[in-house]
Amino acid sequence: MNVLSQNVALAASAPMVSEQYDDARQQREAATLGMWVFLATEILFFGVLFASYTILRVLYPQGFAVASRHTDMLFGTIETGVLLSSSCLIALAVRAVKLDQHRVAVWLLSATAMLGVTFLVMHGFEYYKEYTEHLIPGIDFKQPAPRAHAVELFFCLYYCITGFHSLHVTIGVIVIVVLAVRVKNATFGSQRYTYPELTALYWHLVDIVWIFVYPLLYLVGRSG
Amino acid sequence: MSTSDAALAIPSPSRSFWNGDYGLRAWLTTRDHKRIAILYALGITGFFFLGGAAATLIRVNLIEPTGSLLTAETYNKAFTFHGVVMVWFFLIPSIPATLGNFLLPLMIGARDVAFPRLNLASWYLYICGGLFAVASLLAGGVDTGWTFYTPFSTMFSNSNVFLVVIGVFVTGFASILTGLNFIVTIHTLRMPRMTWYRLPLFVWTMYAVSLVMVLATPVLAMTLALIALERLAHLGIFDPALGGDPLLFQHLFWFYSHPAVYIMILPAMGVVSEIIPCFVRRRIFGYRFMTYSILAITVIGFMVWGHHMFVAGQSMYASLVFSIMSFIVAVPSAIKVFNWTATLRKGAITFEAPMLYALGFIGLFMLGGLTGLMLAAPALDIPLTDTYFVVAHFHYVMVGGSVMAYLGGIHYWWPKITGKLYSEGWARAAAILMFFGFNLTFFPQYILGYEGMPRRYHSYLPDFQVLNVLSSAGASILALAYLLPVAYLLWSLRAGAAAGNNPWNARGLEWQTTSPPPKENFLSEPIVREAYAYDEPAP
Amino acid sequence: MSGLGRLLTDASSLAPQVDGLFWFMTALCGAVALGVICAIVYYSIHYRSGSNANRSGTLANTLPVELTWTLIPSVLFVGVFIWSLFLFVKMHTPPADAQTIYIVAKQWMWKAQHAGGQREINTLHVPLGEPIRLTMTSEDVIHSFFVPAFRVKQDVLPGRYTQLWFMATKLGSYPLFCAEYCGLDHSKMGGEIVVMRPAQFALWLEGHLGAGTLAAQGAALFRAHGCSGCHGANASIHAPDLDGLYGRSVQLAGGSQVIADDRYIRDSILLPDKERVAGYEPLMPSFSGQLSEEDLLALLAYLKSTSIATSEPPAIGSESTHEHE
Repeated sequence: MNVLSQNVALAASAPMVSEQYDDARQQREAATLGMWVFLATEILFFGVLFASYTILRVLYPQGFAVASRHTDMLFGTIETGVLLSSSCLIALAVRAVKLDQHRVAVWLLSATAMLGVTFLVMHGFEYYKEYTEHLIPGIDFKQPAPRAHAVELFFCLYYCITGFHSLHVTIGVIVIVVLAVRVKNATFGSQRYTYPELTALYWHLVDIVWIFVYPLLYLVGRSG
Repeated sequence: MSTSDAALAIPSPSRSFWNGDYGLRAWLTTRDHKRIAILYALGITGFFFLGGAAATLIRVNLIEPTGSLLTAETYNKAFTFHGVVMVWFFLIPSIPATLGNFLLPLMIGARDVAFPRLNLASWYLYICGGLFAVASLLAGGVDTGWTFYTPFSTMFSNSNVFLVVIGVFVTGFASILTGLNFIVTIHTLRMPRMTWYRLPLFVWTMYAVSLVMVLATPVLAMTLALIALERLAHLGIFDPALGGDPLLFQHLFWFYSHPAVYIMILPAMGVVSEIIPCFVRRRIFGYRFMTYSILAITVIGFMVWGHHMFVAGQSMYASLVFSIMSFIVAVPSAIKVFNWTATLRKGAITFEAPMLYALGFIGLFMLGGLTGLMLAAPALDIPLTDTYFVVAHFHYVMVGGSVMAYLGGIHYWWPKITGKLYSEGWARAAAILMFFGFNLTFFPQYILGYEGMPRRYHSYLPDFQVLNVLSSAGASILALAYLLPVAYLLWSLRAGAAAGNNPWNARGLEWQTTSPPPKENFLSEPIVREAYAYDEPAP
Repeated sequence: MSGLGRLLTDASSLAPQVDGLFWFMTALCGAVALGVICAIVYYSIHYRSGSNANRSGTLANTLPVELTWTLIPSVLFVGVFIWSLFLFVKMHTPPADAQTIYIVAKQWMWKAQHAGGQREINTLHVPLGEPIRLTMTSEDVIHSFFVPAFRVKQDVLPGRYTQLWFMATKLGSYPLFCAEYCGLDHSKMGGEIVVMRPAQFALWLEGHLGAGTLAAQGAALFRAHGCSGCHGANASIHAPDLDGLYGRSVQLAGGSQVIADDRYIRDSILLPDKERVAGYEPLMPSFSGQLSEEDLLALLAYLKSTSIATSEPPAIGSESTHEHE
């Protein structure tokens, strides 16, 4: 690239400072703090479900163990691997943006989005399988008698937790796709990378929530 | 527009944030925090009168022991609507979204909040949620009480629970976005010499209330989502038949709803802390202790929710822990009351309407808070909870406290926001009438509660009638007192005298710009000094 | 007596103590409020703008004052808390010899069952001077049992038992209210507590006999629903022996231990696998939906009566010998 087009490329990715900010540094600081506050709200949001799960599991430990064994551990494990890998890829993508490696970044972001979609598709298969096994509360739920109530409670929580989580994954996938397009158009680069960084933060949160969800829902009563 | 453009702008007398872009479209797509504050004020005023209409129905029905005005079903829907609207669509947004939005950037010397588009989005979410709530009313109303206790709300009520729950859920996100915006604004956009301990106490309370909004509201959102799911899809973790727990709902609900009352009172305390130094002409007494108290209320306020559940069936030990925490949380509030009183000493006090509201706030908040202390003792809460004693307690703090402070703030900053002076004579009369009407309405309710009249009763034993009639009489006076400001404030827009930059000779950065301020807030950089520097001349 | 007289009188053993704390708090809070209001009024007048009050010499160091009015309220509050703690524990702990009466709440009425099988609706007859424990549950939504004259209130929940206790100290009848919003006729869900002399109460019980004592009704249900098929002496299925169960400590399959109280027995009938006894298979079917709340209380009474029959002293909440055959 000759010097002129290099400068054009740099100028194109210089951050636009909104009028309420004095400079780009202040804008970046505000955006980052804003994202962390938002992540705190997400933790409180999911916290309700984790708190409810904890209370009900303490009340029905064996019932929850039986219910958890009905989940598809293979799918759950693969989904965990998928999300963890996608977190790695998006971290690499942000690094690529900071190094002005736009093509690499677009590929990494697309791969992240595709892994996200894979996660959702696998969840869809899980839900279908549970439907055929009469495990969905409210939709023809039928389980053997002594523990039916605890299994039903477990699956109420299972659908709430995985449902809200999948909603967040879906939103994340959309945001990442939009980000990939904007990276392709050289909107972001070594001078301007706050938005990709914050998107990655959000995706990491989605991943961290799953890291708690997986053992709590899939691994109860699996040892031995 | 960059900062250099602002410095070159030539001030023009009629150029303010009101008359920049004209037209409905300009207002509905504005990113100016001041215009968004006005938009919020319109919504909040509308909802206040809607909730007030429901209150009117309630008080008129209660004149007669058999409750002959309304059927029981309508009455139950009326008190539910009153609670839902007043809590979520009036009290919680009132001071933060109107006065907070307008004043926060001005008070710290900023051009706007950190995220102006999110600010506008929060208004749209508020209105959208409000429309759902109104829709639930038009569809026939909701009869669960604003507290939505399960299993009645999930499995027994035949009313439009789903619609109203969506409304509150959506509006909750307006709260969260406002809080997020304020936290980031205060952290990052303070002008260079504006350190934390030079901030006006109003800004401290905006910060504290934002912490609560951001951390507590998501819990409400998820809890309401679980109710909606249980009603719609029979996904029930609160269903006792399944072995689920209706008390779990109460814990989750009050984990939000107790901090929510601090969302309602902290900004009110902030307003009062601005008004009193101005009309006493002295610095606030004990500024540092006031800031520690604000933070203490915020933190401890998250640890007391179980005091709403002393008779609900929770363990005795849990009740004792929540009780001691509830006593402790009263201490910082007491400190604030003493500090406001001490500020009066050695001052040169005048009694304009804002000051009347602020003094009224101290007295009424104190009475409400002290009765809260009585309720913090489980031994006393057992006979008094779920009676009119509690109804009186929370109306003293929310109406005698928050609403009075809100109106005091509206009067105090009216000249700054509109550039006009309101009629001081009418304003003082309204404030005094309001104080009198309020006490006549709610003090008898303490006695009713002590006598044993339960709350949410459409009809009652004839023995309770005299006090009910007194209360309803007071309510009619209170209603008149609330209508008066609408009249004379609107009139001032037409015929009020021009206010000038600083009609009260107050301190604080907002008084160093024009009234009303220009769109970019300051035409020249304001001068930062210690907070409440009333012993020095105005800059 | 007018209604207010009946509501406000202190008609239970703890009511005077509750009133004592209430009036003390009222006086204390009133004094503080008066003090602050007087200070505000005094300052407002003395330091009004234009007055010739002495405005010099403002406080340089405010810390001592601040600490004083932080510490004094804190100490007072802790003191009140401790007073209230002792009273609350008393209000929460029924005496060991309290007689149990069972209450079932439903929209919008109160149903009471005495141990002897006597039933009442919206009225409850109790003897003077004897401690009474109410074991309560709801058939539908949350209600709350509130007797202002006794200063007692307790929410009544579906799916579990809650209790309150009182000892009536004055003859007469006292209003009962439902104090937790429960739907359409919440305000009409009231009744009366009628306090009678013990001798007259005994006569009343004899005159209102139902279908046998509660325990006898429970024994009949025990056979009718097939419980004795597994838990009886000649059962072929290996199921825990229920004789003398009530109040005993039970070893659970998960390794933990639990006391077989009201809640445990009710949950074992409706949710048999929730706390399965160690060493037994999960074979017991759930009776959820087959037994009304009154049936469950009768079974509970029956199981409590078998524990009196054994030589082991029952641990908690045992029936007094106030049976009537």
